[in-house]
Amino acid sequence: MIVSVASGKGGTGKTTVAASLATIWDGPVLGVDLDVEEPNLHLFLQPAIAGSETAYMTVPAVDEAKCTYCGACADICQFAAINVMGQVILTFPEMCHGCGGCIAVCPEKAISPGQRELGEISWGQAGKVGFLAGRLRVGEAMSPPLMRLVKVRLDQMLANGGDAIIDAPPGVSCPAVNAVMDSDVILLVTEPTPFGVYDFQLAWEAFTPLGKPMGAVINRAGLGNDAIYRFCQEKGLPILAEIPYDRAIAEAYSRGRIIADLSAGLRETFVSLRDQIRGLAQPGRSREAAHA
Amino acid sequence: MNRIAVTSEGPSLDDKVDPRFGRAAGFVVVDLDTMNTEYLDNGKSQVMAQGAGIQAAELVARAGVSCLLTGFVGPKAFQALSAAGIKIGQNLEGLTVRQAVERFKSGQVEMAHTANRAGR
Repeated sequence: MIVSVASGKGGTGKTTVAASLATIWDGPVLGVDLDVEEPNLHLFLQPAIAGSETAYMTVPAVDEAKCTYCGACADICQFAAINVMGQVILTFPEMCHGCGGCIAVCPEKAISPGQRELGEISWGQAGKVGFLAGRLRVGEAMSPPLMRLVKVRLDQMLANGGDAIIDAPPGVSCPAVNAVMDSDVILLVTEPTPFGVYDFQLAWEAFTPLGKPMGAVINRAGLGNDAIYRFCQEKGLPILAEIPYDRAIAEAYSRGRIIADLSAGLRETFVSLRDQIRGLAQPGRSREAAHA
Repeated sequence: MNRIAVTSEGPSLDDKVDPRFGRAAGFVVVDLDTMNTEYLDNGKSQVMAQGAGIQAAELVARAGVSCLLTGFVGPKAFQALSAAGIKIGQNLEGLTVRQAVERFKSGQVEMAHTANRAGR
């Protein structure tokens, strides 16, 4: 089972929840940081890194000696990453989305696969919890290509079973959707503030079409108003856990501690959350079984 | 034939110079000898998330112009226009297309060596 922890609004507690869930999980589990623009799950899990690799994407490398400036590459490119300006072929590798279309359509076979560095993928172990993370290269504009490569490795690491908890990026655009689209359950972590509620609604709208079981975790409960509770009730979205608005939790977070370790009560909150996630995942599992 | 392109908010010599290059509404292409004009719509570049300047550069390069007059040009568009051998006159926003062309003809438009707008 793959559980993704997403939010809409940033800073609501995705990493706090993901790290605590991974820590109290009662079986083989991987903590996966897919917030590749600002990975921080390692600060809490503090894994021993066992290995890492540089990730690349295919971009066009043009042999101008073979080019006839026919423009077929520029016509297929939707991102102006390869262009014919008169008798000059001009590439902007940083704009390339790596589809390989230009390489496929070039009648002269003048374009070969070059590389753009996307970032780094690293993995390791934090006690019983496995660890996997992507870190985007500074200056790289697109995170989904690196996220897809992290997910390829995730599939390999889960080949012999086990569960994964994905710490997703905030927002509701391509990176957030990429992080949650392959999971069995989506957890939406929010806070009961007007800003939290507003972005929670956007996240609910963005992720609902994926048809995945979803549940809400309300962090900093006691703050703000009851709008989030009314929204969840109206949409039939279960509230799986509430984490109180508490200075002790903020202090533990600021020191990189796992909040499930803070008290028996908080631990019980996450154990209960885990069990409810398993309950939500059941329909998906039976569908997979029927498919097999 | 001596043709130049001017970013424009509309199709005629009396329309305003569009300060943007990549996302200009269009280009008035002017034959400097006859002052005959032709209008190139740039709507296709305007809707691009990224790469508008590059696509716009391709459009004006295909029109066979020697020079472009505009307000601002970003770094990628500047590179693309330079690759096509098109000279660039910047900071002409606020004028009409006709005024920009007259200023160019009288030699008062300095050709740019670098982009004057940060890209994204």
